[in-house]
Parts: sequence; structure tokens; C-alpha cells
Amino acid sequence: MDFSLSKKHLLARALFKEFAETEVKPFATEVDETEEFPRHTVEKMAKSGFLGIPIPKEYGGQGCDALTYVMCVEELSKVCATTGVIVSAHTSLCCDPLLTYGTEEQKQKYLVPLAKGEKLGAFGLTEPGAGTDAQGMQTKAVLDGDDYVLNGSKIFITNGKEADIYIIFAVTGIVTDRRGRAKKEISAFIVEKGMPGFDFGTKEKKMGIRGSSTYELIFTDCRVPKENLLGVKGKGFGMAMHTLDGGRIGIASQALGIAEGALDRTVEYVKERKQFGRAIGAFQNTQFQLANLATNVQAAQLMVYKAAMAKATQSRYTVEAAMAKLFAAEVAMDVTTKCVQLHGGYGYTREYEVERMMRDAKITEIYEGTSEVQRMVISGDLLS
Amino acid sequence: MKIIVCIKQVPDTKGGVKFKPDGTLDRGAMLSIMNPDDKAGLEAALTLKDKYGAEVTVLSMGLPKAEDVLREALAMGADKAILVTDRVLGGADTWATSTTIAGAIRNLDYDLIITGRQAIDGDTAQVGPQISEHLNIPVISYAQKIEIDGDYVIVERQFDDRYHVLKAKMPCLVTALSELNKPRYMTPGGIFDAYDAEITQWGRADLKDVDDSNLGLSGSPTKIAKASDKVRKGAGEKVVLDTEESVKYIMQKLTEKHII
Repeated sequence: MDFSLSKKHLLARALFKEFAETEVKPFATEVDETEEFPRHTVEKMAKSGFLGIPIPKEYGGQGCDALTYVMCVEELSKVCATTGVIVSAHTSLCCDPLLTYGTEEQKQKYLVPLAKGEKLGAFGLTEPGAGTDAQGMQTKAVLDGDDYVLNGSKIFITNGKEADIYIIFAVTGIVTDRRGRAKKEISAFIVEKGMPGFDFGTKEKKMGIRGSSTYELIFTDCRVPKENLLGVKGKGFGMAMHTLDGGRIGIASQALGIAEGALDRTVEYVKERKQFGRAIGAFQNTQFQLANLATNVQAAQLMVYKAAMAKATQSRYTVEAAMAKLFAAEVAMDVTTKCVQLHGGYGYTREYEVERMMRDAKITEIYEGTSEVQRMVISGDLLS
Repeated sequence: MKIIVCIKQVPDTKGGVKFKPDGTLDRGAMLSIMNPDDKAGLEAALTLKDKYGAEVTVLSMGLPKAEDVLREALAMGADKAILVTDRVLGGADTWATSTTIAGAIRNLDYDLIITGRQAIDGDTAQVGPQISEHLNIPVISYAQKIEIDGDYVIVERQFDDRYHVLKAKMPCLVTALSELNKPRYMTPGGIFDAYDAEITQWGRADLKDVDDSNLGLSGSPTKIAKASDKVRKGAGEKVVLDTEESVKYIMQKLTEKHII
């Protein structure tokens, strides 16, 4: 067992760090304040290949592994969690299902421009009445001639209005399960921005990750060519869950990055801030707190990297992904809260980045499966 | 078109300069980076490659660990990498270094050689022009812009208060300033490919038309009497600008000096 990173992974990390410090960090506060999507940064990331890191070269990607991708989201999130989630949603939730379930034609048409960063991707599963409970889904797709006709809406969609290509889940029928109960049959579709009948609703005003474009998607008799059915009809729920396993590793890396970023800034702060004639870092309370935070951050990193390596080597990595996300998200919330506390009154102001980081951390305990859902997944596996 | 870019691995002065007790640089205690002027030279070559089509070969003389900057160059988009490394070449001054590099380049086809103006560890700005002398080709130093016109290279050569536009028939050597451009980032896939790529290693035996008396420590006419981190400050430079311009000016200077 080797815990050290290879030379190429170290160089990749150095690249992501330099990019994050130079191109992302200077705008992080502004992105949060203005709630504007950092389009310019996304273009720069596209140029540097950050939007197709784990996608094979034959589909326009970089041909790297899941670990490299995870380190990218981590380093970006250290300075700006908005930028981290843009890459995560695009890669894990849109590129990945296209790579896993797409036909060759679909990959050439949609995955190649996504992986090259010419297009941005999004994923639409959640609805007002269906988040974790997929059976509550109301969006329907009915085959009519050569098209599926979509009706319904999706909410809380990351990269919402800024994306070009969407993976959308809809009910395509009712089936009877083994116990004789009627169940909704769910299928996945590739929907392009601009398809008639596809529109955007309200933009969410969020607590954190405020620069990420979170929108409602509305489908009104939206005709999607039947060749845009992704994977097998009726297998959408399993595809969504498998996709979310990967997505959770992305969000776990985002949470890890937020925690690391807050800790880095706090270590600097406690060396400078003086009270009672000495730096607050000289007080044992500060030292012990920092030691605890750093230990948890390191544990989170090991779990996130392990989950990434499981994705690269195993066909199923549901439990590893759930554990990594659960732990990293709760560490992010705990670390950022304590970092604000160590900053005192200054930490409560927008002048110090830990304030933003604490707000950003909260979402990692909620989206792509709440911490409660991750506990259900983990315990379900234990008791099966 | 074939372009050779000479790059050097230098200590990163961002984390402070560290010295050994004898006053020489403690390179082992400092992180290493690609020399900034050389990186600008590489970017210039890659820009020419994008625009006109070219094969870009990067060449470095140094310790085996200089392989790291060559891989970084490959990850940015260079096509081939050559490392010239041999114990007998160690301790070289600018004369022995340029003799060595010219000896390596004599094995290669090229239209254009680009070097950085100077390395941040030695600051001599001598190696580039010396290579051109050894190879008997023209040199244009301090390039702030490089264009190609048929068999000619057109270069803006920087001066304090102006620039000259010079045109030279290739093959020719150009020394690049870090102000020339903003080097591109490596790509993640480029990094993976760079670690799969083979780096050609040459030693003394591979150098063409060179004399041992001009190589390594014994072939170096320069003798360093003393190295010290105490530099007597000059009179300095006084500039009067408004607040915003002043900040920009200071930031630019700090970046130039590689302090930030």
C-alpha cells in the first residue's frame, strides 16, 4: 500500500494549484458578491483541458484518471467552491453518464464537445416533489413519432442556464415490480439548450456557491429526438444512481477543498492576530483546535482519494463514494465553522474568506444526496 | 520549421534563497522551476508552432533531475526533449555551458533556436549569444515579439525606452524576455503523456566538435571568488506615478523579480 502520489499526479496538482491561485482566487469574492457565473474562468479552464480530465482522448478528453480529476476539483474549491462545483457537475453528472451509457454517435455528437470544453453540461433529476424519492418524479416523456415529448420541470439544477447539454430524467411508463406494485419507469434523455419547449424558470438565491448558476428547467411539449434516449429505456433510475456515485466523489473533493482552504487561511491568520500581547496561535486552545481540524482534513483526503481510486478500478464504488462524501462534507462544515470561530468577529465579516467558505460548505451536506441519504446507503450495504 | 528551445532548471526564489556554508547556492534545499525567461521562449516557440506549424525540441543541460522541467515543457506542448547530463560537464561556467549546448545542437536540424535572455540563478545573459557564436549563426537578443516571414525571423528587440525591429535569415538564435508573453498552462493530459514520453539523454560522447579543454569545471575560465547574499544596494529608481499606476508598477516589478 502506497500513500504517496506519483510524479505525474504531483505535477498535475501543481498545475491545478497554480491555475487556482492565479486565475480563480482573485475573483472568488467578487463571484460570491455578484452571484455571477464565472464564464471567463470556465473558458480558461476549457482551454487548459480541465473540463474533460477523466474522459478518454478519443472522446476529446485528457485521458487522465479519476484521482487527477478529484485533485482538480479539490484545488479549485480551496479558493472558490463555485468553480469547483461547475467542473464537478459538468464532468461527473454530464460527461460521465454519456461516456458510460452513450452510443458511439451520442459520444461523438455530445461528449466530444463537452470534454473539449466547447460545451458545458448539466444534470436534471431533482423535482419539487422528487429529490431523494425518485418515485415522486412527475416529468413525463411520451413517444410521439420520432420524438419523445417532455413535460414537467426540474429544480436546483447546477450550471442551469449556462449549460448547453443536459441529462434529463423523465417517467416513460408504469411497470409492475416483483411484488406486484406499480412503479414508475424512468429513462434518461440528452436535451440540448434551445430545443423548442425547453425553458428556464427562476434562478435560486442561495446561501453559498452563489456564482454557480442554479435554475429551474421547464419542459413544455419539448420534443427530443428519440435517438437522444440515453442508455436503455426504463433503466434511468439505476443510471441516475450510478451517476450520482461518481458525482458524490466530485462533491466530496469540493468539500475537501473548502476545508483545506479554510484551514490554510486560518493557519495564516492565527500567526498574525495578536491578543494579550502574543499571536493567538501561541495559545494552546488554538493549537489543539488546529491539530484536530488538520487531522480530520487529512482523513477526509484519504477517503476521497480512496473513493477516486475505487472508481478507477472497481465497477461498484457506491459505499466508498457515500462514505467519502458523508465524511468530507461534515468535516468541511465543522472545519469552516471552527475557522470562523478562530477568526473571531473578523471571521463573521465578508472581508475574510472563511465567512464565504462556511456558507459554501453547507451545501456539500445537502446536494447529490444529503448526509442522511449517505448514511442510508452505507447502512443499507452493511445490513444487506 | 524546426525550433530548438534551451531551458534551464533553476531554484525557485519565491521561497527565499538558501546558501551553503561556503556561500554557493544550496540548490537541494530549494524547489526547482523552469527559468522564467526560458518558459517565455518555450511559449514563443509553441505560439509559432500553433501559427505556422513546427516541431519544437526542448534541450536542457543539467543534473538528471532537470528531467522534471523537460517533462513540464512536454506537458505544455513541446514535441521532443533532450537532456545533456554527464559528470564531466559539471561545474561549467557560461563558456563551458554554451560549448556543451552547441555541441549537442550540432546533432540536430533546426531553423530557429530560442533561449531565455538570462537565468534567475546566474543572471549572466551570456549563454544564448555564446551558443550562436559557437554555431556561427546570427543572434537577436532581448526579443519582446517574434514573427516569421518565409525564411526570415522578424524580432522586436527591447531597449529601455524603445524597441528595434530586426530581421534575420534563419537559422538564427533569439533570446527571449519573460515579458514576451504569458506562458500557457500545461494540460492534465499533456502531463500524463509527458510521463509516458521518452527523454533522450546525451553525455560527453554525444557532443559534436567540442574539445574537452572547453568543458566542465576545468574548461571554465570563470572562477567564482566569492558568492554572498549581501548585495550592496544601488541608488535605486525613483518613479512618480498616481496611486493606481504605482500599484501596477510595483506588482509588475515584484513579478519580474519573481518575488510574487
